[in-house]
Amino acid sequence: MSGSSMEISKDLTIPKLFLSQCRRYGRNKVAMREKEFGVWIPYTWQDYYENVKYLTLGMMELGLKQGDKVSMIGDNRPEGLWAEMATLCAGGTAVWLFQDCMMDEVKYIIDHSDTKFFVGEGQEEVDKALSIKDDCPKLEKIVWDDPKGMRNYHQDFLISMHEIQRIGREVEKREPDLFEKTIEKGHGDDICLLFYTSGTTSLPKGALLSHWNMLTMGRNLMAVDPCRDTDDFVSYLPFAWIGEQMMSISCGLQVGYTLNFPEEPVTAQENIREIGPHVMFAPPRLYEGLTRQVQVKYIDATWIKRKIYEFGTKIGYRMANLQFDKQPVPFQVRFLNWIAYWLMQKKLKDHLGMSRLRHAYTGGAAMGPDHFRFFHALGVNLKQIYGQTEIAGISIVHRDGDVKFDTVGTPIPETEVKITEEGEIISKSPSVFLGYYKNDEATRETLVDGWLYSGDRGFIDEDGHLVVFDRSKDVMTLSDGRPFSPQYLETRLKFSPYISEAWVIGDKRDYVVAVMCIDYSVVGKWADEKKLNYTSYHELTQKEQVYDLVQAQIEEANKDLPEPARIRRFVNLYKVFDADDEELTRTSKLRRAFVENRYKDIVQALYADTDTVHMDTTITYEDGREQRIKTDLQVRKIFD
Amino acid sequence: MAQSQALKEADTLLELENVHMYFGKVAALIGVDIQVKKGEIHSIIGPNGAGKTVMMNCINGLYSPQKGTIRYKGEVINPLKPHMRAELGISRTFQKIELFGGLSVLDNIRLGRHIHLKSGIFSGSFYLGKTKKEEIESRQFIEEEIIDLLEIESIRDKTVHMLPYGLQKRVELGRALALEPEILLLDEPLAGLNLEEVEDMARFILDINEEERWKVTCILVEHDMGVVMDISHQVLVLNFGNRIAGGPPGEVQKNPEVIKAYLGEEDLYSTRR
Repeated sequence: MSGSSMEISKDLTIPKLFLSQCRRYGRNKVAMREKEFGVWIPYTWQDYYENVKYLTLGMMELGLKQGDKVSMIGDNRPEGLWAEMATLCAGGTAVWLFQDCMMDEVKYIIDHSDTKFFVGEGQEEVDKALSIKDDCPKLEKIVWDDPKGMRNYHQDFLISMHEIQRIGREVEKREPDLFEKTIEKGHGDDICLLFYTSGTTSLPKGALLSHWNMLTMGRNLMAVDPCRDTDDFVSYLPFAWIGEQMMSISCGLQVGYTLNFPEEPVTAQENIREIGPHVMFAPPRLYEGLTRQVQVKYIDATWIKRKIYEFGTKIGYRMANLQFDKQPVPFQVRFLNWIAYWLMQKKLKDHLGMSRLRHAYTGGAAMGPDHFRFFHALGVNLKQIYGQTEIAGISIVHRDGDVKFDTVGTPIPETEVKITEEGEIISKSPSVFLGYYKNDEATRETLVDGWLYSGDRGFIDEDGHLVVFDRSKDVMTLSDGRPFSPQYLETRLKFSPYISEAWVIGDKRDYVVAVMCIDYSVVGKWADEKKLNYTSYHELTQKEQVYDLVQAQIEEANKDLPEPARIRRFVNLYKVFDADDEELTRTSKLRRAFVENRYKDIVQALYADTDTVHMDTTITYEDGREQRIKTDLQVRKIFD
Repeated sequence: MAQSQALKEADTLLELENVHMYFGKVAALIGVDIQVKKGEIHSIIGPNGAGKTVMMNCINGLYSPQKGTIRYKGEVINPLKPHMRAELGISRTFQKIELFGGLSVLDNIRLGRHIHLKSGIFSGSFYLGKTKKEEIESRQFIEEEIIDLLEIESIRDKTVHMLPYGLQKRVELGRALALEPEILLLDEPLAGLNLEEVEDMARFILDINEEERWKVTCILVEHDMGVVMDISHQVLVLNFGNRIAGGPPGEVQKNPEVIKAYLGEEDLYSTRR
């Protein structure tokens, strides 16, 4: 690994590393870029240093003390990172909230974490904070950095980041070495992050991570896949996701690569293409989206383009399959692949922003083998990462040239992974967290003798790869007594561009059924071409032809499954699963227990001898508005 | 007395005095007066066919009234053509979108900037010093002041006719702003928008009116009474070309004449839900 010259020791903290990297690169290297006003604006390490320094000193002057919590919310932007780094430099603990958190989640986290400072991006975030201020007595200051719309806010606990930095500059005049001295006081065992895990079952739990946890995790990942300080990374996934912290803070700081922030969340894909990152880490949802995008473009393309694509992918798949099987690749396949590269793969990769990509990781949820094959056939080195927030994000990763799409890889250095007698995956490493904040009971259950109990079931295969089966509670038992993973089926279904979400049910039941959510834009376009009339998502889902379309997708996925695991009946849901309705976690995992309860009528109908099911329910929008939905859904039988 | 008269005049940005406008024998405006003060949001409401848009067209010069005077900053502007009025700082948006559908969002906005570009054909052909400086300044203005304000970063290169209606409305506002107007005529900016888009648009209008950078005086023709009553400083009510009431929103709402004109719309404060 190039970049950091510092030895990771118990004495090292993230701020100490930050300081040393700033001294090392100074004005000679760009630390981050942000696209603003249509152009990429660079910030050198010196700019990074100064911004963080004055922010730190200003916040300390306003009363931030060691161990105080600072909550942050907002899109990925340099100011967000500065605020986090300043918090760590002042000895505080950083808490990140998802940008789209509902109000009660925000309130719960701010209150539970004892947040003292709240750093929001602009008016929207400030409004969120103001609405909960009275319920969170420990909250002292609300900070913002985008002045737009803030002209009529005059409360004295509101302050702009600019103003804090101005105060910081004055503090520096008074005590020139306060910043460095404060950083010196830090120790690797100090808590740096309080991370709320989304929790598929219960209220969010706050995982406490130390500097040592974060730094060792970064070091061990970088030992497997070294990055260079000339690399580019695009930071656009929520900072409240541990994977983003891992890449932007821990690895980013150790290696010194350049972070790039997109203009707006919606322009991220465009901006990624402009940057062409070398490393990428994203949840499966994103790769699924890219796959869908390609498939849809393929459907729309002209005849000649479709033929070239078919040729390119055919060769790509052959090449990828040989590599997956660790077989030698014959010369003619290599040659054809070279042609396919110039004809198709190169251009497609450019459109996806993957031209310069060396390592692409996916993690956070299961990814289907079809998606995996798809990217490898394009020549993208996509690898699985497995880990939890509680182990600073990563414990297992695929190695180059040793990718098996049904496994998650092998442990990173200094990490031990075992399977308990019950089949639960447990791991031990220097990155294992310190415990849950104010929740000893959960800590005792999760952390036993330094081993982290993941709650996931899996096994280690003959090559030493870990295979993650599913969350223990999510593993299904089929009618013939065999265990089965519904996630596996769901990811297969989602490989179809027409399907955006799927929920497979069948635990201890006579047969397997599914609730399907179609992709509105893709199926909508398909319906337009077929001249089908519809006015809403709900109406579209209930069209006979759409049922036929979905059935064809299910039959395709059913094909190579054993008889008891095949889906026999399904319903097209009138809406897409949404985190705002608590059906998904903020990282887009299906909350099975919740949906099972919410849609119990549908489940019942799927197992009863009926053709329709009546629904009467309420949908909540992000701004709190509610809409009542009354409808009849068709139950479709595929076979008996 | 003379002093306060002078102050009043200085305050008044736009004034219509006894304006009459006929189309054949149809009277669209009958002796309408309005005084728009600097910094105001002055709304014009009234049932369909009341003469609201005609009034807008008279102000920006698309129509010339048969009788009456229009004063802008104390000068009579009746004889001026629309583009000359635009140069004075009068800008507008239209009820039905009047954008260039085949051009990109950025090009449409740039077009609104055109009157501020002064460099000649020679320097323009070779992109010489003056043109270059102007172009860079103009780009900066459009990006930093307009695109950022209206939050249209993600569509700046999209062709206008491909965009949903709500966004097209925003682009039209952007083009009107590119003129850096002192007074902005907004003709039903909220018509056809959904609730979320209405909220956004109302916020933009307030921003343009209140933000130190802009401080644009607005004349707003709108049917969404909720928004009109919330954001206006002054409201003028027209009915069949006559001014039937005028004043702050609170007063206008209580005026029995207004309620009569709006008979059937039970509550003036009702808005779409």
